[in-house]
Amino acid sequence: MSKLGKWSRRGFIAGGVVVGGGLVIGVALRQGDRRGDVISSVTTDGDELLNIWVKINEAGEITAIVPHSEMGQGAQTALAQMLADEMDAKWSDVGFEEAPATDDYANWALGKGFILGDAAVPEVLVPTVDGAFYQVAKAMRLQITGGSASVRTTGVHGMRVAGAAAREMLIKAAAGKWQVAESELTASESVISHTASGRTATYAELASAAALFTPSPTPKLKDVADFKIMGKYVQRHDIPSKVDGSAQFGIDAQVPGMQYAAIKAAPVFGSAVASVDSSKAEQRAGVTQVVNLGNAVAVVASGYWLAEQALKDVDVKWTATSNDRVNTESLREQFRKDITDAATNGTSESDVELGNYAEAFAAAERVLEATYEVPFLAHACMEPMNATASVNGDMCEVWVGAQNPMGFRYEVAAALELDPENVTVHQHFMGGGFGRRSIADSAIQAAMIAREVGTPVKLIWSRAEDMQHDIYRPGVASKFRAAVAADGQVLAWDNVYHEKHEPAEAPVIPYAIAAQHIHYTDSPTHLPFGPWRSVDHSQHGFFTEAFFDEVAEAAGEDPYQLRRKLLADKPRHLKVLDLAAEKAGWGEPVAQGKGRGISLQESFGSLVAQVVDVTLTDGKIGVDRVVCAVDAGFAVSPDGFVAQMESGISYGLSAALYGEISVENGAVQQTAFHDYPVVRMQDSPVIETHILNSGETIGGAGEPGTPGIAPALANAIYQATGTRVRKLPVSQYDFNYRVEEQEELI
Amino acid sequence: MITFTVNGSQQSLDIDPSTPLLWAIRENLQLTGTKFGCGVAQCGACTVHLNGQPVRSCVTPIAAAQGALVTTIEGLESAEGDLHPVQDAWIAEQVPQCGYCQSGQIMSAVALLEQNANPDDAAINSAMSGNICRCGMYGRIRKAIKRAAGESVVGVFDPKANNPQEASNV
Repeated sequence: MSKLGKWSRRGFIAGGVVVGGGLVIGVALRQGDRRGDVISSVTTDGDELLNIWVKINEAGEITAIVPHSEMGQGAQTALAQMLADEMDAKWSDVGFEEAPATDDYANWALGKGFILGDAAVPEVLVPTVDGAFYQVAKAMRLQITGGSASVRTTGVHGMRVAGAAAREMLIKAAAGKWQVAESELTASESVISHTASGRTATYAELASAAALFTPSPTPKLKDVADFKIMGKYVQRHDIPSKVDGSAQFGIDAQVPGMQYAAIKAAPVFGSAVASVDSSKAEQRAGVTQVVNLGNAVAVVASGYWLAEQALKDVDVKWTATSNDRVNTESLREQFRKDITDAATNGTSESDVELGNYAEAFAAAERVLEATYEVPFLAHACMEPMNATASVNGDMCEVWVGAQNPMGFRYEVAAALELDPENVTVHQHFMGGGFGRRSIADSAIQAAMIAREVGTPVKLIWSRAEDMQHDIYRPGVASKFRAAVAADGQVLAWDNVYHEKHEPAEAPVIPYAIAAQHIHYTDSPTHLPFGPWRSVDHSQHGFFTEAFFDEVAEAAGEDPYQLRRKLLADKPRHLKVLDLAAEKAGWGEPVAQGKGRGISLQESFGSLVAQVVDVTLTDGKIGVDRVVCAVDAGFAVSPDGFVAQMESGISYGLSAALYGEISVENGAVQQTAFHDYPVVRMQDSPVIETHILNSGETIGGAGEPGTPGIAPALANAIYQATGTRVRKLPVSQYDFNYRVEEQEELI
Repeated sequence: MITFTVNGSQQSLDIDPSTPLLWAIRENLQLTGTKFGCGVAQCGACTVHLNGQPVRSCVTPIAAAQGALVTTIEGLESAEGDLHPVQDAWIAEQVPQCGYCQSGQIMSAVALLEQNANPDDAAINSAMSGNICRCGMYGRIRKAIKRAAGESVVGVFDPKANNPQEASNV
């Protein structure tokens, strides 16, 4: 039996019989009685549901039911580790299934984590609190894989509690069976033992008796010293299927009677179909229909390639919009003007107002000023957007890889004006997510096309369509001023920017600078925004940590040492920074033509310091090595955690070196990887990750590696070339010429 | 009618001869391990072997496969069902994240090792430069290729060693 269960149709329609008659209220499901529905959707004959996030079958296989999607982050394995460890299960018995996209699997733990501000106190899991948070999450229709949240919210607030509660129930069952005290029993490797009498029973043998008990909402959790599976190397469960071609991604869905669709959406966001002449395309062999979706045109054919070829023969005229003259330069001018105006007119809104910054600037010996900019970015997932859909009367099924399957269900239902109860989402692996697969656009298109043609349809976006109709990391300008005293003391920090999204604290700096003003304004564009790995940290990490190096230079300090000085009251930050510096050999001489740069970034509850080494060769920058030190509280699955750091750094490095989405006549220009290059094997640096397990509240893994690479790179480039990189990507600089653009001294 | 051999079994397809091999494999033969990534031979996700040579199947017309031997990711296992040593190395190094590019990466790596039993870094760069991994697992791919080649794997982080110095102070 596969360790990796995928949600099957059978689970929905044929389940429901639970042997032994013991139905157990899940830890997550306290208010009201929804047991019937949920149990029928996660059990099949012979399964014993211990609580809503764990089941044991007669063969002793323990299955964690995980309400998070897999896009390569390995969270499902880490969550199973948390459950299995608290349960004292035998790791080789443990598998997992992804929870179905139903309201009962609303990710209450995610809601709870956000609402409590990640206060990891399992004691708060009293029934009323659970119920309240569950209702909140359900109302928000959360089943989101994002925010680097799987382990730190679902794991901490859900999986560990569920595992510990299950263990207590199994012990109670054994105590009852043998008529001995619970305190005389021990649990290990899926077996309960009574040492005095030598009796033992497996979890499988005890499951049906255990299921008669109500799980405690506040079971005793293990101390770190007692962890047997958490914090240990385990192999990820999803990997074997990803080396033999058997892993099923959304694009691999096969539905009987399925046709294929290629699509072209309006090149300018906000434009619509003015007219469409499909006569030529419809004459092509294999083409069955051309569908006008209002803001996009799709060709349906017996094969994807036929549909894509025929799409070129469809003559579409698009309506004019007020954005048809927008281009990259006009956007940059707009951004710079809007932040300058907001700062000048006092119309900005504040993130931070600290001390008397106006006075500090007036008293400064030196004031330095610089404007930093980043471009729009696409996600460029390896698997282009796609979805397969079937609409039958008022019923709809969608096969897709989604970061938010429950949200997809509601979005598709709303678009087709169907009852959400009648929409089924079949969740698949995602060929990259990075935030892009949180939006249901391709699933909605597929469903609308399928309804129009009356057969199941697999819609696949071309790579160009994927580049040009993304939800983009916005282009952003951020203007800084810093006040430095004659003795080098940093007196004040002023930063105004636009594009305020999440997390709110992204532009906040950890440094002890007495006077600060961090503020923002709006500068709307017609390009849609979407979460992009680390969201607002992806730009502010670069802005604040690169400008900090300018401040250090103005203050006459080494950039690492000034960070240390201004973090004196933050021991956790210092430890991470020091570890990266030590491992990278900070302070050792750096040869001519080479550079070393440092950065520190706190995001999603984790602290990451990076030191980057670069070499200048013929005017080009090569990245040799990245040393990364990270404190995420506790790394549940260390190798998976390290892989997330490597991945986050690589993703950020692609953007820093090459990433730029440009706009001309209102439309995105990029079509593939020649005009949207990414890091490849030959330009990928050695990445060295050092984990610090501080024992603090568990932080995220998927995103925190990304923000710090760009500033550390820019700081290294300054040492190697004398040029301050204030505008990404790096590829637009020709380092054969040193750019003597000094910071503006006032 | 195009007749060719895929993973040892003979296939005949009556389709437009300009159809890319990728779509014939995925749609007509329903071998979905080979992936569509860009359609313009820039990402390598669609890499298969055509008479032993790695090709980008998204730009290879099916006509070019007439009478040829095609191997896809599904054809790497031995007759007994054992994984190819490169696939084993991929598991040992825990290479894939999202996994979407890995069929193509593995096919490129297998072709490299068949031509060069002990590739150095430059040879690996050259053979693998056409395969993009957006999860950025290049370091692990490099290690896995070296592991499969039988070289000692030199790494900066050995997960099994569990980084005792940093990880112990919990």
